Amino acid sequence: MAVLKKEFHIHKNDFFRAGEASISIKNLLKALGIRPQIIRRVAICGYEGEMNVVMHGGDGKIIVEICPESILLLITDNGSGIPDIPLAMTKGYSTATEKYREMGFGAGMGLPNMKKNADSFAIDSVVGEGTNVRMGFSLTSKKE
Amino acid sequence: MILKEIIELLDGDILAGKEHLDKQLDKSGASDLMSDILAGLSENCVLLTGLTSVQTIRTAIIAGVGAIVFVRGKTPSDEIIKIAEQNGIPLISTPFSMFVSCGRLHARGITGLDGSR
Repeated sequence: MAVLKKEFHIHKNDFFRAGEASISIKNLLKALGIRPQIIRRVAICGYEGEMNVVMHGGDGKIIVEICPESILLLITDNGSGIPDIPLAMTKGYSTATEKYREMGFGAGMGLPNMKKNADSFAIDSVVGEGTNVRMGFSLTSKKE
Repeated sequence: MILKEIIELLDGDILAGKEHLDKQLDKSGASDLMSDILAGLSENCVLLTGLTSVQTIRTAIIAGVGAIVFVRGKTPSDEIIKIAEQNGIPLISTPFSMFVSCGRLHARGITGLDGSR
């Protein structure tokens, strides 16, 4: 049962505002006194996810649930979907466009970096319908 | 090394974050790839980059980067400088190239993100 739940919208192709939701989440967790190491991991996962939605997704949203012992981050979009998830999870594999690369992204590091930073990670996707990424962070985790 | 010394060493101009001149910064990473900064041990580092997009600033906020140095005299737009100012991210512009900026910092004891020399 979440103690606090917040939802932020992510707008398709809005490269200028991408990342604002994750910064709001970071500030929220800071205000709640969550450990900095955990905040950093949540913020990185949220941000990588936001950039993915802006790039590949349709519109999407990022939902953060703060529970007594954990934080859940759900990133969902109604975009193009991922045909081959294991391939998309491979470091260095990317389908990013030139515009995305100009912003310093598209190195094929996003999903692997999200998996690395979260304590639990699940992804499901349907081509033509969208993608859901669910990540969990234990508040007692010693992961740096 | 403190931020003020880094600015002097790089002959830089401070564009945002003047209140952080005494901030201690001991490691640095140089990249135009924000993915590398997000995947690395970039907390409280000096980020050297030629990329002046708004996502450079957002990456710094998210990853907890200590200061951004734009190389080859690049400066971001006023709108982007404002976002950095609001979020407490110091911005420096240096006339030196990425290579020379790295060399100057390394020669004075600044390490890589993982602490290597």
